[in-house]
Amino acid sequence: MTIYTTSDQDFVELSDGWELVVGLEVHVELATNTKLFSGSANRFGDEPNMNIDPVTLGLPGALPVLNRHAVELAMRVGLALNCTVQPSIFHRKNYFYPDLPKAYQISQYDQPLNIDGYLALPGGKLIGIERAHMEEDTGKSTHIGGAGGRIHGADHSLIDFNRAGVPLVEIVSRPDIRTAEEARQYVTELRGILLAIDASDAKMEEGSMRVDANVSVHRAGEPFGTRCEIKNVNSVRSLGRAIDYEARRQIDMRNAGEPILQQTRHWDENDGRTHTLRTKEDADDYRYFPEPDLVPIVPSPEWIASIRDALPLLPGARRLRLAAASGAAADAESVMVVVEREQDDYVLAVGAAGGDVARALVHVKEAYAEQGSSPAVPAVDLAGLTQLEVSGKLTATQAKQVLAELVANGGGDAAAIAAVRGFEAIDSSSLEPMVDAAIAAQPDAWAKFVAGDAKAVGAIVGAVMKASKGKADGKAVSAIVEARKAAAS
Amino acid sequence: MPSLPSFPTVLNTAAAVRSGTRSALDVLDEHLARVTECETEIHAFNLVLADEARAAAAALDARIAAGDDPGPLAGVPIALKDNMCTQGIPTTCSSRILEGWRPPYTATAVDKVVAAGAIPIGKTNLDEFAMGSSTENSAFGPTRNPLDPSRVPGGSSGGSAAAVAAGFAPVSLGSDTGGSIRQPAALCGLVGVKPTYGLVSRYGLIAFASSLDQIGPFTHTVADSAAVLEVLAGHDPMDSTSIPQPPPSLTSVLDRGVDGLRIGRITDLPAGADADVTARVEAAFVALEKAGATIVDVTVPAFGYGLTAYYLVAPAEASSNLSRYDGVRFGMRVTAGTTAEMMAVTRTAGFGEEVKRRIMLGTYALSAGYYDAYYGKALKIRRMISDDFSRAYERCDVLITPASPTVAFEFGSKGDNPIAMYLCDTYTIPTNLAGHPGMSVPYGTGDHGLPVGVQILAPALGEQVMYQVAAELERSMA
Amino acid sequence: MVKVARLSRLALGPGDAERYLSQLSGMLEHFADIDALDLDGVEPMTQPLPLVNVFRDDVLRPSLDRDEVLAAAPASEDGRFRVPPMIGES
Repeated sequence: MTIYTTSDQDFVELSDGWELVVGLEVHVELATNTKLFSGSANRFGDEPNMNIDPVTLGLPGALPVLNRHAVELAMRVGLALNCTVQPSIFHRKNYFYPDLPKAYQISQYDQPLNIDGYLALPGGKLIGIERAHMEEDTGKSTHIGGAGGRIHGADHSLIDFNRAGVPLVEIVSRPDIRTAEEARQYVTELRGILLAIDASDAKMEEGSMRVDANVSVHRAGEPFGTRCEIKNVNSVRSLGRAIDYEARRQIDMRNAGEPILQQTRHWDENDGRTHTLRTKEDADDYRYFPEPDLVPIVPSPEWIASIRDALPLLPGARRLRLAAASGAAADAESVMVVVEREQDDYVLAVGAAGGDVARALVHVKEAYAEQGSSPAVPAVDLAGLTQLEVSGKLTATQAKQVLAELVANGGGDAAAIAAVRGFEAIDSSSLEPMVDAAIAAQPDAWAKFVAGDAKAVGAIVGAVMKASKGKADGKAVSAIVEARKAAAS
Repeated sequence: MPSLPSFPTVLNTAAAVRSGTRSALDVLDEHLARVTECETEIHAFNLVLADEARAAAAALDARIAAGDDPGPLAGVPIALKDNMCTQGIPTTCSSRILEGWRPPYTATAVDKVVAAGAIPIGKTNLDEFAMGSSTENSAFGPTRNPLDPSRVPGGSSGGSAAAVAAGFAPVSLGSDTGGSIRQPAALCGLVGVKPTYGLVSRYGLIAFASSLDQIGPFTHTVADSAAVLEVLAGHDPMDSTSIPQPPPSLTSVLDRGVDGLRIGRITDLPAGADADVTARVEAAFVALEKAGATIVDVTVPAFGYGLTAYYLVAPAEASSNLSRYDGVRFGMRVTAGTTAEMMAVTRTAGFGEEVKRRIMLGTYALSAGYYDAYYGKALKIRRMISDDFSRAYERCDVLITPASPTVAFEFGSKGDNPIAMYLCDTYTIPTNLAGHPGMSVPYGTGDHGLPVGVQILAPALGEQVMYQVAAELERSMA
Repeated sequence: MVKVARLSRLALGPGDAERYLSQLSGMLEHFADIDALDLDGVEPMTQPLPLVNVFRDDVLRPSLDRDEVLAAAPASEDGRFRVPPMIGES
C-alpha cells in the first residue's frame, strides 16, 4: 500500500476542508503494423482470433522478438512528455488469467524506458510523469449468459486473442492532479500529444486509450489518504464524473468515521457510481523477474536525438505560438479549438498573407462551432477579408456575409464582394453627424442614458443603424455615443 | 539385449547416401529394423515416425536422383528429444499435460537438420519437461540404458542418448539445462555437447529454464558431433538470445592436436565423484599431457555453489515458463466449475511430482519477501561463477572434469530424496549458469564395465578448442 | 505452502501440503550453503550473453489458421476459446 507524501502543489478545497489527490495511469495502444513481440497484425475490429501466431498464443517453444517500431513510438511518447529515455529491460509479471496467454505479461518494472517527465496543462500547470513504460496487451474476454455481459452470473466466457500482444505504453502520472477538471484536461492534452506524434489513434471508446484513476482524499495539511483505483472509464466526461463521485464517496465515508480500503473499483456509466471490483490484498504477488527471452534496450544518444529531432511541434507549443501571434490567451477557447482541429497553421498563414491573425482565429473557431470545419478559402483571401474588418471598412455582420460568399465560391476577393453587395465603408466622420441627429431626435432617451440608464442607448444606436441602412458598425456607433455622454456629463 | 555392435556414423552414412552408394530409404529401414528389434525393451521413443521418415527418405532419394545437393546430413536418421516442436507431430515433453498436442510450427533446430538432409525417425523420451537426471520422471515410463537395461540412461535427454547408444539413429538432439545432454552422454558412452548459450536457436524448444537451455547433439564420434553442430549453429532472428554472428568452423579443427594448449585442472572442484570416474579423468590428463598439452592448476571457488544457484534459478524460470499450461488454449483440460478451479485441477492432474515440486520451489523463490534471499542471491552467485570461470580461462584454454560423478546407476537407486538426484549434475551445472560450452567424451569404462564420460569445458564460443581437445582424447583411446 | 500452491495454480490433496513442505524445507536447508556468502556489490547476472538491442522490423507475418488452432483447443465457441465462468479470478 502506498501512502503519498504531501506535495507542494496547490490544493483545491472540495468541501469542509477535504482535498482531492488524483494520479492517472493511461494505457495507450501503439500504432504499429504488428504486435510487440511477433509479426501478427495489430488491428482493431477484426473477426475474433484472426491475428494469432505461436507467440501471441503463448504456445510452447515460442519466443518473443521486440518490434523496433514499437520501441521508437514508445520513445517518441517519452520524449513528447519530456521524459528521460534510459536503458531498460523487460520483466515478467506472473499471474493466471484466461486472457493472458502465457500466464505472464511481459512488461517493464524497475528499469522502464521513459522516466521523470511532465505534461503541461493548457493553463500552464505541470503534471509530473513518473514513467512511461512498454508492455504487451492482453486478450479480451466476453461473458456469456449473465446479465448485461457481466462476469458475475455468467455461464461461461469466450476469449479472443487478437488484442493479446498489442504494444502498449503505460503512462503513469505523479499524484499531482487536484480536481476532476484537471484530470479531464490532462487526458485531453495527452490524447492531443499522442495524435500529434502519430503514436496511437488514442480512441477511448475503442479501448486504444484506457484511463485508470487513483483517487484519494485527505484533510488539508494531513498526509494523503488511502487511494482507490477506478477502472472502466470510457470517456473524458466519464473520467470527471467518476472522480467527482469517488471523491464524494470517500469524503462521506471518512466523515462517517469509516476507513477507506485500498480497492480497485469499477465505474458504472449507467448508475453513475463506482463499485468494488476487488480489495487489494497481500495476495497480489506478481513474482516479477527479468524476462530471460529478451535482451536489454540500450538506446544510443544518436538514436534518441534522431527521434527527438523528428518530433512535430506539440499542441502546447502550437497554442503558445498561436496565442503570441493573435494576442489571445494560450488557453482561450478559440486557441484551444483551432489547435485541436489542427487549423493553427492555416490561421498563421492568413497572418503571413498580410491578414489579421486575431480576426482569422475568430472566423476559424466560429466555423468549427457552426459547421465543424475550417472555411475552405485560400489563406490570402481570408487575409483580405480580415484587412477590411480591422480597417473598419466592414462590420462584423458584413464580414460574415462576405465570408459565406467566399466559402461558397471557394475563395475570391473580399473587397470586390463587399463592393458588389454595396457594403460601402461608413467611416466615423460620416457616423458622427448621424449620431448627433439621433440624439437630437430622441431627447427623452438621451436624458435617461446620461442619467445612468444603460438600456436607453439602444434607441439611439438603433436609430443610427436605421439611418445607415445597416451599414454602420455597431461598435463604432456605441463608441461615439459613449464619447458624447462623457462630454455631456 | 545382445552386446552392441559397432554402429554406422553420421559422416559415413551421409557420405554413402550423398555418393549414391546407399539409398536414404535403405539406411532408414536398417535403423527402423533395429528399433523394431530393441525398442520394446529400451523405450527410447515416445513416438516413432516410421511412415513420415520413409516418405522423407524416399523424397530425399528422388532429389539425389534428380541431381540436387541433399545436404551434409543426407539420409542420416535423427532422433529428436520430445521437447522440440514438430509441426503436426505430437510433442509431449513426456507430460500428460501436452498429450495429443500437435504444434502448428517446427523448431528452428529441427528445420535446420531436416534442411541438411537428416531424416527425423522419432521423438525421444525425457524426464517430464526435462526435469531430471535419469528419465525416470517421464509420464510415459522410463527409458533403459542400452548398455545395461537394469540401469538408467541418465537424463533428462535419456531417450535421445539411448536412441543413439542402441543404434536407432547415428545422431539425436537433446537439450541441456544443467547437464541433460552431457550426463546421459556419459552414462551411455556417447559424445554429448552443450554449446555456448545462444549458438543454437531455442525457437521451438519447449522451455524449461530459458536462460540456461541449449540444444545439442548426441553422436558416437567427435567428428560426427562437429558436423552436426555446424548444421545446428547460427543466428536465428526468431530467438532474441541467438548470437548474431557466423558460427565457428568445427570439423576443420579436429586434426590440430593439443600441442601447446593449456588444460586446466580445477583444484577446488567439489568432491563426490566415484573413484572409477576420477581414475578415467586422471587418465585423460595424462593422455593430453603426452600429446603435448600443459596441465595447469586453477581454482573456480564458486563452482561448488552452482548447484544451489541452479536449483533456484531454473525452478524460478520454470515456474513461469510452465504457467502457460492452463487448459485454456491447447493441451489437456480437466473440467471444473470456474476457470480458476479448472486451471488448478488441470495442472495438478497434468504435471508429475517432480515438475510440481520445482514449480512450487520456483514460485517460492520469486515470491514477495523471498526474492532477495533466494532468486536475487542466486543471480549474484551466477555472476561469481561466471567471473571465476573467466579468471580461470585467463590461465588455461579448457577445463577437464568428470561429466557425471558416477557411471550409470540402477533404477530407483536415488530413492525419494530429490537432492540425491540433483547431485548428478554437480559438475555440469556451473557451465550452464555461465553460458559456456561443455561436452562429454566417452573415455573408457569404470565399475561394471560401464562407460565414463570426461567433461571438457571452454569459455563462451570456445567450441573450436573444446572440439580440438575432444578429438585428441578420442584419438588417445583408439 | 497453501499460498505457494495457490500462486502456482496447483491443487493440494490430503497430505500434499505437508509432503511438499518437508521436501522444500529439505532443499532450502541444503541451499543454505549460500547464506554465508558475502554478495554485496556483486552485480546480478540475468543473462549469459551481453547482447543488447535485438529487434525485428514491424513487418506482418501470416496468422495461424483460426479453425485449426481452435480445433486443437480444449473448448471453443464462435471463433473463440471457451472457458468456465471466471468468478474468483484474481
